[in-house]
Amino acid sequence: MAIPNSLLWAVDIFGRVYTLSTAGQYWELCKDRQLEFKRVSAVKHCCWGIACDHQVYAYIFSSDVPIRYQEETYENQRWNPVGGFCEKLMPSDRWQWSDVSGLKHQQLDSFTLPSPHWEWESDWYVDENIGGEPTEKGGWTYAIDFPATYAKDKKWNSCVRRRRWIRYRRYKSRDTWAKISSHDDPKQLPDPFNDISIGGWEITDEPMGRLSVWAVSLQGRVWYREDVCHHNPEGSSWSLIATPGEAVQISCGPYDLLWATLWEGQAIVREGIDRNNPQGISWTIVEPPSSENGILHVSVGVNVVWAVTKDRKVWFRRGVNSHNPCGTSWIEMVGEMMMVNVGLNDQVWGIGCEDRAVYFRQGVTPSELSGKTWKAIVSGRESDRSQTGSSTSLLSAGCFFSDDVREQMSLIVQSDADISSDTESPQIHPNLADTPLSDAAATINGNNGGSQSAEASANAAVDPLDSAPEEASPASDNGEKAGLEKPESSADQDPHPAELQWTNIDLKEAHKKPLLSASTFPETSSLSSLGMFSVGVEEHYGADEHPLWAWVCGGGCLVDSHSSLKWFTLQSGLLSSVQSLSLSISPAQTTAWRKQIFQQLSERTKRELENFRHYEQAIEQSVWVKTGTLQWWRSWKPHKWTDVRVALEQFTGNDGMRDSILFIYYMFHEEKKYLHVFLNEVTILVEVLNDAKHSFALYTPERTKQRWPIRLAATTEQEMHDWLALLSMSCCESRRIQGPPSHQAIWSITCKGDVFVSEPSPELEAAPHLMPCDQMFWRQIGGHLRLIECNSHGIVWGIGYDHTAWVYTGGYGGGFIQGLASSADNIYMQSDVKCVYIYENQRWNPVTGYSNRTFHTSNYNAKGAEEEVKGDLPAMPSLSVVSDWYIDFNISGGTDREGWQYAADFPTSYHGHKTMKDFVRRRRWARKCKIITSGPWLEVPPISLWDIAIIPSSAADTEESIALWAVSDKGDVLCRLGVTQQNPAGTSWLHVGTDQPFISVSIGAFHQVWAVARDGSTFYRGSVSPQKPAGDCWYHIPSPPKQKLKQVSVGRTSMLAVDKNGNLWYRQGITPSYPQGSSWDHVSNNIRKVSVGPLDQVWVIADKVQGSHSLSCGTVCHRTGVQPLEPKGASWDYGIGGGWEHITVRGNATEAPKTALHETSEEHSAKPTDLEDGENGGKGNHSKTTLMVNEGQELERNSVNC
Amino acid sequence: MTDDKDVLRDVWFGRIPTCFMLYQDEITEREAEPYYLLLPRISYLTLVTDKVKKHFQKVMRQEDVTEIWFEYEGTPLKWHFPIGLLFDLHASNTALPWNITVHFKNFPEKDLLHCPSKDVIEAHFMACVKEADALKHKSQVINEMQKKDHKQLWMGLQNDKFDQFWAINRKLMEYPPEDSGFRYIPFRIYQVTTERPFIQKLFRPVAANGQLNTLGDLLKEVCPAAITPEDGEKKNQVMVHGIEPMLETPVQWLSEHMSYPDNFLHISIIPQPTD
Repeated sequence: MAIPNSLLWAVDIFGRVYTLSTAGQYWELCKDRQLEFKRVSAVKHCCWGIACDHQVYAYIFSSDVPIRYQEETYENQRWNPVGGFCEKLMPSDRWQWSDVSGLKHQQLDSFTLPSPHWEWESDWYVDENIGGEPTEKGGWTYAIDFPATYAKDKKWNSCVRRRRWIRYRRYKSRDTWAKISSHDDPKQLPDPFNDISIGGWEITDEPMGRLSVWAVSLQGRVWYREDVCHHNPEGSSWSLIATPGEAVQISCGPYDLLWATLWEGQAIVREGIDRNNPQGISWTIVEPPSSENGILHVSVGVNVVWAVTKDRKVWFRRGVNSHNPCGTSWIEMVGEMMMVNVGLNDQVWGIGCEDRAVYFRQGVTPSELSGKTWKAIVSGRESDRSQTGSSTSLLSAGCFFSDDVREQMSLIVQSDADISSDTESPQIHPNLADTPLSDAAATINGNNGGSQSAEASANAAVDPLDSAPEEASPASDNGEKAGLEKPESSADQDPHPAELQWTNIDLKEAHKKPLLSASTFPETSSLSSLGMFSVGVEEHYGADEHPLWAWVCGGGCLVDSHSSLKWFTLQSGLLSSVQSLSLSISPAQTTAWRKQIFQQLSERTKRELENFRHYEQAIEQSVWVKTGTLQWWRSWKPHKWTDVRVALEQFTGNDGMRDSILFIYYMFHEEKKYLHVFLNEVTILVEVLNDAKHSFALYTPERTKQRWPIRLAATTEQEMHDWLALLSMSCCESRRIQGPPSHQAIWSITCKGDVFVSEPSPELEAAPHLMPCDQMFWRQIGGHLRLIECNSHGIVWGIGYDHTAWVYTGGYGGGFIQGLASSADNIYMQSDVKCVYIYENQRWNPVTGYSNRTFHTSNYNAKGAEEEVKGDLPAMPSLSVVSDWYIDFNISGGTDREGWQYAADFPTSYHGHKTMKDFVRRRRWARKCKIITSGPWLEVPPISLWDIAIIPSSAADTEESIALWAVSDKGDVLCRLGVTQQNPAGTSWLHVGTDQPFISVSIGAFHQVWAVARDGSTFYRGSVSPQKPAGDCWYHIPSPPKQKLKQVSVGRTSMLAVDKNGNLWYRQGITPSYPQGSSWDHVSNNIRKVSVGPLDQVWVIADKVQGSHSLSCGTVCHRTGVQPLEPKGASWDYGIGGGWEHITVRGNATEAPKTALHETSEEHSAKPTDLEDGENGGKGNHSKTTLMVNEGQELERNSVNC
Repeated sequence: MTDDKDVLRDVWFGRIPTCFMLYQDEITEREAEPYYLLLPRISYLTLVTDKVKKHFQKVMRQEDVTEIWFEYEGTPLKWHFPIGLLFDLHASNTALPWNITVHFKNFPEKDLLHCPSKDVIEAHFMACVKEADALKHKSQVINEMQKKDHKQLWMGLQNDKFDQFWAINRKLMEYPPEDSGFRYIPFRIYQVTTERPFIQKLFRPVAANGQLNTLGDLLKEVCPAAITPEDGEKKNQVMVHGIEPMLETPVQWLSEHMSYPDNFLHISIIPQPTD
């Protein structure tokens, strides 16, 4: 349900392009309907097609984020004694206007828009930023001579200077078919196109959004479109790729598979496609299944190839993978198809040979790529729906027109089908399976007729429509080769454009056309009338509404075994409206009847119980015990997993409250012993990922201090989840916590992606005695996220590892927390994709070169463990592997062409090129895993995000919109419009222009917006207000000296930032009149993330503490002693960890009572001096030891493991 | 924020203060004191009255102690109806505690079923749960459960363990996301004024037009007499668990949240009190 909606594309026989959403039930006509198309090929974000003019068009989906391209050129000047810096350069110098290298002459006016689909965003302007540092006005950077290192300061020996001019152009032809014009030499121009296929986005991420676009021209030549990527959606030019024969059709998979068909009937397979060579190197010929019936059509996915031969039989290629793109042999599949198309997840669609319906291959899974059966998609078209809708009203108004009556009937038939559709059109399958071609038409037609005899008269007008495929298929059968050879007859599949004048036909005309052609096919008509009443009495859906399709493409359509599609049953509109999801406070919660029930129940309890509490209970409360066998990570050395008996005893106190004790019985030197935990002391139950064990950790405040939780493991994931669910329910019960978290809640995320929430008590921030944060109780909320942000109005957003944005629905539970501990109507499916890494390490020796292949686990912290994985993963049941192992090139430090990084020895810092001193090298292999879980989250499509910020609190009433900023995964800064408490998801994104990609943004009280760019430079956004939500311009703020920032967080008046070296900085001198502040103050090192709350409270995820080299997992820490006059606080209080990735305290605006605060401020100011002993934010003795206890391996083992 | 889950707890922990008195004609060795008890609304009389039996046995001759049965104002109380239903049907709008008369003699064979042991109650309870699931899920859910799950339902009820019971029962309350509810709603409507013990018919939670059926729709279809005609005087109370839900309440919601542990919605229709 919350899985992203995506689109299936199809072209009907009239050339009209339709899309069908995975969440929808109707085919919707493409927005731009000026053109008729022969072919379309889609991916998630765009669709390419060949129109009837045989030209290529690209349809780029619109988005709140523009496609921008930065043009740049440099202005160069040299100093001369007379005029100072001037345009006069020496003859050996570069041009006055050049590119960055100085080799290319580039004047401002030499830049032109590449195609009519672009427009300039603004005029040229000077970039006043060099490597994250602001320059002087004018943007000049100085050097001794060209080419050299440039600096922002002018020195006595600065002889040359240059500055960068930039100008953005914007792609404007979105949500429309943009003709791809070619600037190539006319002689080189490809002849008219015949087929197109796009894919290859999995080959490499560089450049961003890169696509392989392949096309076949009518003369059988294969073309590759160069440079298609996100910033250049049209690509630049066509390159001819030589083929061993004349190609007819081509298919490009998401990764490195590329097949084409030759008109002699063989297929050709492209070999050698990889990230360095996306065009591939050579072709290999694959023979068709039988020589008499050549291959007509192929379609490829990641690891599959499907084909249709000239006799319309469907074939599956066995043994296809990246290493063997040709596969081994053909397997014949059931069914006869015009064409088949492989989409995302290797799912398959086809167009039925007889009925021209779109079929979906059911049951395609990674383990069973050939699927199980073909299932017809019966979704109607949007236009049909509006027609039937109107005819219903006509009918009810008593108007009977013949046409309308017929449609009305079919509507009734449809709704009948809907109600009793326990069997879903089973009669289709036999047709596909074994009915010979000639009979099939009769069967299909018969089915229509059989549906209702009352429709018989209407059918006369309908049946010929069904014979339309007949019209096409004999033609292609008879003229086999001819049909493929000649340009004009290749239009066979959609014969209309030549003969039909109308372009913007509506449905009625479409009905009439076949009426005319019926006379030319008398025998099919008679066949159909013969078969009319013979079969298929149960056939419900009226074929008169059945669109006839010519082409289908699932390349952008995300379907998997978890998807529930509404394509296979005809639905009435009413039902769907009942199911429609409503976010935020569902109106149902506040309906009168519900309120009445709540109220009456409490009145009843009062009436029947209040005066009778002294009565004896009929049923005595007894102790309830759950026992089981688990494994326990024993607490003495050598540490290892030990079998233990575990018992949970629940008993009810006199006050009716439940309390529970967990007993763990173990053997110590053959002596029976046990340890026990009162569940009301447990602060967190957290799943741990390691050792292929299904294990979890249990912390109490004491054990948090010790950094030594109780660790238990179960044999199956299910068993572990049963225990976790039971234990967490008992914990919540003993703390009287139920229902959704409050708006004040503190949210955090572990490196496993698990979401935890804690209810802050007023004593957490200010009280006579501050509550230590190791006493905070954390409970899990379903879902899998990388980042989470909230504010005190209950607006919570998260970002998954796959950068999907999620908004909190107000529920609780989900995941393994089910039943009573979970809310019912606001828990949805959630999916995420996470990479699992292993490292391949090699050492160089003089004789054999690099050798000793060893693999290490993803956990580079656990290097001591020296676990050899050798390509296999520890079992992770909640993950399903979605990709094969591939080399990861996006690793910090860079890699060479083969993904290797070099270093002098393990373990040091690696770099991407080999030098003399390097004796070891490593490369990282990654594998994508999909996680399917559930939680109170709904997707906010379609833009993927990197960072989010929500204004912590504002006096605004609930109606007013709440400021929410974000950074997209491409680095665009965005501002969400329409976010309110009623609609926390907001309505749309407003793009905020920047000169470079950003990585972090934060908005504090009074709409102070701070952001960090990818190069580490910091910006303040001016004039942001409710009236002007995006503000007006960026002010470049110099970063702390020699540091590049990576994250910012702004509270009420405090602004803190974390740099790439883990330093935490406080911005000094922020005042209402000068919100940019004046300077940076160092607060602490070893900080990974900071969250500043609405009370200016400071919480961080702290990394390793000095002296413990292996401790890199995060710990939640709270800055104590933060006072209005002491905004940097005094010391750290250590909470839960390690293994924490993220925390947000931006919802916690609970201020302690003023009086209490006053009294204690004295007391407090004394406290910090005692404790302030550490440079690194290390607190007093006891807390310092807490982080240092059991350092080394033991700490790693306890952490959640990242 | 009040949550639907709270309704389940309120329903489960509903208690009726009851005063048990021995029937005057029972022969006792000394005077029998009345016995006060909080009865769980969702349980069965014979399941929770061991203490009552023990209490009155003490004052009686051993040979006179036979099968216990209960009566309220002349009406024998059927043990196989949940206690809350018995109370709503016969004694709502009366002063509390509920005065129940305890009998050992003259078992009313034509009115009551014998209840020789708890196994009989368990069998009756499980039969109801199964019947309800047949209506809701064509028995698919209950049949997929293991024997121990069935036992857990019963033990949950018997020992008044809400969590234990609901850990299993929630599965019986689920329905496929593509449907808007159960296949049929398991309900029984009781009236004191008629001879028929109760009304039970097939009734879907969602109407043909896709609208959710409400309590009002249900009554209109199966018991139109119970509905107050427009601008007529209210003659009846429609009561579940001692409250009168609004007729606009969707029956699917009622079934999920206000069914008795036997998974049936036991609805009492009783005359409007005239005070």
